[in-house]
Amino acid sequence: MSTLTDPPKAAFRPSQLIYDTRYRSITIQVVALILLCIAFYWLINNTVQNLANLGKEFNFSFLGSRAGYDINQRPIAYDNSMTHARAALVGMTNTILVSALGCIMATIIGVIIGVLRLSNNWVVSRLAAVYVEGFRNVPLLLWIIAIFALFTEGMDPPNTFRPNADGIAQNEMFLGSVAVTNQGTFMPGLAWSSLAWILSLVLIACIAGIVFLRRRARAIQAETGRIVPVFLPALGVLIVPMVLGYFALSAVSQRNDQVFVALGAQSGMDLASYAEASGRINFCSIPSEASTINAERYMQSTEVNFRRGDFFGDDDARKALAAGNCSLIIVDASEADALIAEIEATPLFNEPIAVLSDQLVEGRVVEVHYPVMTERGIPRFEGGFQVRNPLIALWLALSLYTGAFIAEIVRAGILAVSRGQSEAAFALGLRPNRTMRLVILPQALRVIVPPLISQFLNLTKNSSLAIAVGYMDVRATLGGITINQTGRELEGILLMGMFYLALSIAISAVMNFYNNRNTLKER
Amino acid sequence: MKRTVFFGALTVAGLAASMASAATLDDVKARGSLNCGVTTGLVGFAAPDANGVWTGFDVGMCRAVAAAIFGDPSAVEFVPTTGQTRFTALASGEIDMLARNTTWTFSRDVDLKFEFNGVNYYDGQGFMVPKELGVNSAKDLDGATVCIQTGTTTELNLADFFRTNNISYEPVPIETNAEAQQQYLAGACDVYTTDASGLAATRATFENPADHVLLPEIISKEPLGPLVRHGDSEWGDVVRWTLNALITAEELGVTSTNVNDLAAAPTDNPEVNRLLGTEGELGAMLGLDANWAQNAIAAGGNYGELFEKNIGENTPIGLARGLNAQWTEGGLIYSPPFR
Repeated sequence: MSTLTDPPKAAFRPSQLIYDTRYRSITIQVVALILLCIAFYWLINNTVQNLANLGKEFNFSFLGSRAGYDINQRPIAYDNSMTHARAALVGMTNTILVSALGCIMATIIGVIIGVLRLSNNWVVSRLAAVYVEGFRNVPLLLWIIAIFALFTEGMDPPNTFRPNADGIAQNEMFLGSVAVTNQGTFMPGLAWSSLAWILSLVLIACIAGIVFLRRRARAIQAETGRIVPVFLPALGVLIVPMVLGYFALSAVSQRNDQVFVALGAQSGMDLASYAEASGRINFCSIPSEASTINAERYMQSTEVNFRRGDFFGDDDARKALAAGNCSLIIVDASEADALIAEIEATPLFNEPIAVLSDQLVEGRVVEVHYPVMTERGIPRFEGGFQVRNPLIALWLALSLYTGAFIAEIVRAGILAVSRGQSEAAFALGLRPNRTMRLVILPQALRVIVPPLISQFLNLTKNSSLAIAVGYMDVRATLGGITINQTGRELEGILLMGMFYLALSIAISAVMNFYNNRNTLKER
Repeated sequence: MKRTVFFGALTVAGLAASMASAATLDDVKARGSLNCGVTTGLVGFAAPDANGVWTGFDVGMCRAVAAAIFGDPSAVEFVPTTGQTRFTALASGEIDMLARNTTWTFSRDVDLKFEFNGVNYYDGQGFMVPKELGVNSAKDLDGATVCIQTGTTTELNLADFFRTNNISYEPVPIETNAEAQQQYLAGACDVYTTDASGLAATRATFENPADHVLLPEIISKEPLGPLVRHGDSEWGDVVRWTLNALITAEELGVTSTNVNDLAAAPTDNPEVNRLLGTEGELGAMLGLDANWAQNAIAAGGNYGELFEKNIGENTPIGLARGLNAQWTEGGLIYSPPFR
């Protein structure tokens, strides 16, 4: 009978760290980690030392100091007395704005061109190929500058829209409401009354109704095979309540009484006598509010001489009034006394302030306002909505450039779906349109979406080329003027890097969520 | 991933900072040439001519310093910088000195850690508009679109000026003077604002300079001068006293034509002798040759000659001496004595 013994327990020898494959991999990792740590330590230490030698310390307090510079495109309230942090935020908003617009447009262009490139029509498919090759083989910066030059050099300046002594202008506005100039495109804008939130609730309800209609149509189709028309009923569900809501709410808001509150006015004055007494009126305008638009129309009809100072909201405008930066404001009749009391209570305030006797109403729930050429002073458009050329150039260039890449991704995605799929669909009697929508695209999307995410990230990061055309994105505000005025290169670049990182991660998170919904569900 | 970005940025900053070492004069001598930061192109101040040779008022300053060190005014590498890149270029050691009509301000001197070595041009911010706009005063510019170079003091002055006068404007940020000129001529901005000297220089290059007017308002003080990094006073002294030598030379009547004669043997004027190294040891104190100032003056002439040749009344730019006349003639240009 033999005795089973355990194999002798080998003692651990240090040489095993190198020669024994069980330990060797760990050894290599530990050594690599130590080297990495040393490298980082050296880099950071070197930076800290050199900053100390220069007498600069690493801190972010500069973000809280006054920025002092102006930004021409402000999606959020900003003026030069606000902080560098606020200026950076304006820049970030601008970056996000142009990236979002660019991603949407690039996707639309990409899908259309990608499908066209597969067209059986020789001319169409070649044209699509020329577009793709042209845009993706020329550097983006060139396209941005070329498109910008097209606008600044190719379009006429705004003064060509002002009538000369004979009342004839060199250029007429398109349909009387749109002007494309080398300073930007001016188009009609929308202003909202205080009841507009109800209208937006109606809109949300309508959309919910349409979603419900579609679900119901699908359910009926799944059960009975009958195809229920959705488009026309959906249109009805959208339009009828919105139109009814518009008229009903407009009727209400046109009964909201409004009055002017004017600095330097005696009570009992009306607008005309106030204008006569004070010369040129400085109107605190809030372009997004219907009451402002209505008041401006009223002032134009009474032919008083006024200029606008644009503000973002009630608070902003009232602060400006209290500081004397503008002299006339329109408010709800019920709020006028409270406002006057509030302003008179401000320290150092010693001007007379009064309600003018003119009676106004708030106007329709949504008011359209048109850009108008000024009659005196510097020729420029007032009112309406301005899209500046840097935004247009950057947006077009980014979306055309990235669109070319997306077109190729879409084409690859469609070609990746086996021919048998479309043949089977045709055999079932599906028309080409439905085959594409119901059979090909859902399968192609699984191939398309992952590379699409990188294109969106590319576009977002490429938007930092904005500086070439003077678009005030985060690179131009935080990474440009702020760094230059405060000398905080390291901090500024770090912040900017973190912003782009966060933005990219957010985009890929959203897109990955969408991708996961589209991937093949294997059970 | 996050860490990679963070440390990547640190690496760049660390490498850049490590290049900036203390003894700049030794570095420059070892390299055999001076790295001088200038504008990307502003005729009269710094611009390459038809043969690609840099000329101009600021360029003359760079050449004078190079001549003082090496005896050779061509031992300069010109590094074109924009309003935004100039300070980073200087702080990182990419350039040894910056002569790029840069305004001397408190925060640049103290907070950005630079050392201004004097003033070579007393300037102020002005406005240029097309004549047909019919504007006679900057206060009439309500609602104007204004081209402005970003990263400059003019950008801040502009914001302050419009704010204090409670008028609105729309800034169009521009990187370089050439870009501003193109935008302004295309009518994409109604007004161009920068230092009055820069406006005059820009207008001189227009096809029809007479169609454009400079508005009377000068809204700021802009003392322009060469600057170096903080912390190397010996190098700062070389630049400062080269500038002072050019100024003193004009005051004493030493010009590029007579400097070699005057330096050949001691003259009756002891200050001329000290300046030109025929008496005393001023050059050695700076760590330079005894004839450093002679070389600097011979390079492009004294201050007055540089001014007349590049931006003076007989050039297309046509700037009067004005504030930039010698103190003896009612101007502000004044050098401490060479003693």
